[in-house]
Order: sequence, then structure tokens, then C-alpha cells
Amino acid sequence: MISQQKIVERLRRLIPSGRMIVFSIPFIWLLLFFLMPFALVLKISFSNAVIAIPPYQPVFTYINDTITLVLNLGNYLFLASDSLYVEAYWGSIKIATMATILCLLIGYPMAYAMARAPLQLQLVLLLLIMLPSWTSFLIRVYAWMGILSNQGLLNNFLLWLGVIKEPLRIMNTNIAVIIGIVYAYLPFMILPLYANLTKMDMSLIEAASDLGSRKINTFWRITLPLSKGGIIAGSMLVFIPAVGEFVIPELLGGPNTLMIGKVLWEEFFNNRDWPVASALAVVMLGLLIIPIIFFHRAQAKELEKNG
Amino acid sequence: MARLRNVSFSTVMLVIGLLFLYIPMVILIIYSFNSSRLVTVWAGFSTRWYLELLRDQQLLSAVWMSLRIAFYSATMAVCIGTLAAFVMTRFSRFRGRTMLSSMITAPLVMPEVITGLSLLLLFVHMAQIIGWPADRGMVTIWIAHTTFCSAYVAVVVSSRLRELDMSIEEAALDLGATPFKTFFLITIPVITPALIAGWLLAFTLSLDDLVIASFVSGPGASTLPMVVFSSVRLGVSPKINALATLIILAVSLVAFIAWYMMRRAEEKRRKPLPDGE
Repeated sequence: MISQQKIVERLRRLIPSGRMIVFSIPFIWLLLFFLMPFALVLKISFSNAVIAIPPYQPVFTYINDTITLVLNLGNYLFLASDSLYVEAYWGSIKIATMATILCLLIGYPMAYAMARAPLQLQLVLLLLIMLPSWTSFLIRVYAWMGILSNQGLLNNFLLWLGVIKEPLRIMNTNIAVIIGIVYAYLPFMILPLYANLTKMDMSLIEAASDLGSRKINTFWRITLPLSKGGIIAGSMLVFIPAVGEFVIPELLGGPNTLMIGKVLWEEFFNNRDWPVASALAVVMLGLLIIPIIFFHRAQAKELEKNG
Repeated sequence: MARLRNVSFSTVMLVIGLLFLYIPMVILIIYSFNSSRLVTVWAGFSTRWYLELLRDQQLLSAVWMSLRIAFYSATMAVCIGTLAAFVMTRFSRFRGRTMLSSMITAPLVMPEVITGLSLLLLFVHMAQIIGWPADRGMVTIWIAHTTFCSAYVAVVVSSRLRELDMSIEEAALDLGATPFKTFFLITIPVITPALIAGWLLAFTLSLDDLVIASFVSGPGASTLPMVVFSSVRLGVSPKINALATLIILAVSLVAFIAWYMMRRAEEKRRKPLPDGE
């Protein structure tokens, strides 16, 4: 007996080391390739742009046994002083907010109808919602270029119907960008809402209607509050990436469309100003950190409900 | 009557929403067979854009590059994502748990421009300090894609692990199987469908990424989205429509097979067990 206990004891001591390996592989990978890079972005945002490879001055220098740390706040002051950047942040948040609200208004009834459909049909509907997001994002945005342009299909169709006399200018405006974001991100709104609504306890709704509550009343006072987790998760899945979106404003937006993802891209690729691009990323992350924490909490709560 | 009206509002929205999702794709497919270069004017049926697509050497090599990167990224992401999901669902409280779970959920929403820029700076610093990677290309894109795809795999796999009956794993451990053996003989076979789903999701995500790949790629390494983007930027082109049609066809085919297999598995589960099983 004693020897067996000893063996068990030894095995127990061995287990943490096995656990450590299992834990450390994903942990170290994500630490190295996800978290650490942000520290480097922060570091480079305090650097000076120079014409060199790589195009920035080192922040730490080590000469004659002394480490010098030069923090250049100029990039941040530059962002604050030029109204272009402030407007780009504001424009991104405005466009992302409008797109998120539209996604919610379209996506909620869709998810609701899916959750109430017969089980066999639910699987088919789920596949139909997800299928577009498995095809190319770029190509789905591209599809709208042909539809929205001045001689595009939408204008031709409306002219043919006689609703309008002159082609509408939609392409290269903020409206086109919002349509593009709603189109591209709608599945990401529907999926968490659907996951939440299918798990909802139907007996609560039945109880309400048994007690004489009207349908609308039941919806506002029971269904909607219970689906709060899904609404938050879905909205954040749309809002946060939409703020930093580059492809949609680049392809559907015009010269007046100021969005921060596009500005950052241009600073980086066209002006080759890595420090300013880094400062833009740091400020964007600062603006998004609260929504990201919201998302993380909602996600953790939804997952716990699963188990 | 009131009930009918209430039901039909959301159903009508579902139908409108599905039309909204699918009409642009149907238009893309129709105009890929247009013989005119103008995408908005119909000039007759033709398959010439498909032939031109097959002759485009730059595009074909980009397709090959993207497929290889997607294959390696999805495979690595399944390994890392599954380990992360296992740690999150099976390990009780431990140090670094909140940090790991934040590092798993954050990539799901992180704007691509930030991820791309930060990874590029990492690779530049690594090249300065340890001399690797000397030039950016396939390997750096692979690392970048693996990182954000693992997050998606972890979400898919952990939701499966959470609903799984843990008593089988506990029984195996009680009967003397090592945790290692239990993981490979019990856990892995049971979650295989989730692993396949995660792999396919990671594969499509990697195949689709433009922004992160543009940041971390070097000269000479162009993925399919990069080639498509540089063509689309100049305006609409029927060749891209033909490419879109092929992508939509391939994805629909895989989705149909997945649906068919899920249905068959469901039917099998419902049927009473036959003799001898």
C-alpha cells in the first residue's frame, strides 16, 4: 500500500511539469507574437522617423557604458495638432457606430427568426448565414463596387423603375462605406445573437404569455434583457474591427472618407513614417481598450453559460 | 392573428437579410460570364474571363502561395488553439489564466492594421537582434496567420470541450491512463469534428487575409488577396468576377459536404443501435 501511495505521490509531482508544458506552448507563442509586439509599437511611437532601414531612430542607445533613453513625444503632439487625425478618429467611430446599429437592427430579427425555426431548418440557415463569410472578404466588398457606382446596377435599376431621374452618387461616399461594413460584418452580429437566443429558456416567455403579457411587452421585458450578452458580443465583434477597417473605406469610400485604418495604412506604406503610424495605432488601441474589455467579459460570460 | 403578424415580421426580415447577403454574390457570378469588359453592361454569354484567369501566371502563383500558407497556418493554429482551449477548460485556477484568456479573445476583434503593424515591428526587431528572419515572406506570414487563427480555433474547440462529458476522461484517469494517453486516446477522438471545423475556419481566414499579410510580407511574396487587391484598386474587372465565382463555388461545395455529413451523423444518432454494435 505504502509503495503504491509513494508512486501516486511521485506521479502527482510529475503532473505539474506536464501541465506546465501544455500551458506554456500556447502561452509563450501568444506572448511572443501577440502581446510583445504591442510593446514594440509603443516604443517606436516615441521614435523619430529617419530615412534608413528600418526607418526610425533607436529609442535606446548604448554608447560609452551609458544607456540613453530618448522619448520623442513629437509624434503624439503632431497627431493632436493636425486636425486630419482627430477627424479620422472621429469619422471612424461615427461610421463604425452607425454600421453597428444597422447590423443590430437587421441582425436581431434574423437571429430571432432563426432561433424559432424548426431544428432541421436552423442548421441550413446557419450555414447560409456563415457561407458568405467563408468566401473572400475582399471579393464581397468588390461586389458592391459594381452595384453602387454611378453607372452601376443599383442606379440603372432605379432609373429603369423611374424612381429617380438622375443617378444617385453613393459610391465613394460614407454611405457606401457603411453599406459595405454592414454587408461584410452582418454574419458576425447574427452568430452570437443566434447562439444566445437558441439557449434562452422558453418557459419564461410562456409564463409571461400565460400571465397575460402581450407579445411586444414580453419581448421588451424578457427576451431583450436576456439576450444582452449576445447583443454586446455581436456589437463589439462589428464595432471594434470596423473602427480600424482599411479595405472597405479604401475601395468604397472617397477622398472625404476619413477613417483611421486607412490613414494609418497611408502613413506606413505611402509616407513610410513608421513612428507616426505606431502612434496612430497606440491611440487607436487606447480608444478601443474599453470596448475590447467589454467584449472579453461578454465572451467569458457566454462561454460559462454554455457549460 | 397577432401571433402570426409577430412571427412573420422576423421571418420577413430573415428573408430580406438573406437576399441582401446573396444578391451581390449572384450578380458577381452572372457578370463573370459577360463577354464585355464593362461589368455593368451585359453583352452576351462568354467564358473568356475564365480562360484569361487560367493564363494569368502571376495570379496562379499567388494562389499556390496562399494555399500553402493557409495549409501550414491552419495546421499550426489547430495545435496551438487546441492546447489553449484544453488549458482554459480543463485546468482549474492557475497563474496566468486571465492573461491567456485575454490573449485568446483579443485577436478576435483586434483591428488588422494594428496586428499587422505590431508583428512587422517584431520581425524587424528580431532581425536586428538575432538575425532572423533575414527577409520577410512566407514564414513571417505563416507566423502572423497562425497567431490570429489560433484564437478562432481556441474558441471553436473550447466550446466543444465545455459541453463534453468529462466523466469519460476521469474514468480513463482513474483506470490508470496517464494524462498524456487520456488526451490522445479519449479527448482528441471525441473533439475531432471541432478540430476539423477549426482547421477549415483557420484555413479560410488565412486564405482571406490581406491587411496583415501586406504588413509582414516582403518583396517577392504576394498572396492571392494582395494580387486581387492591387487589381481591384484600379476598378472593376471581369477576371476578378470569374475568380470570385470559382471561390464561391469551392466554398459552397465544402459547406454542402459539411452539411450533408452533419445531417447523416444526426440521423445515425437518432436511429436505434443496430445489432452487433
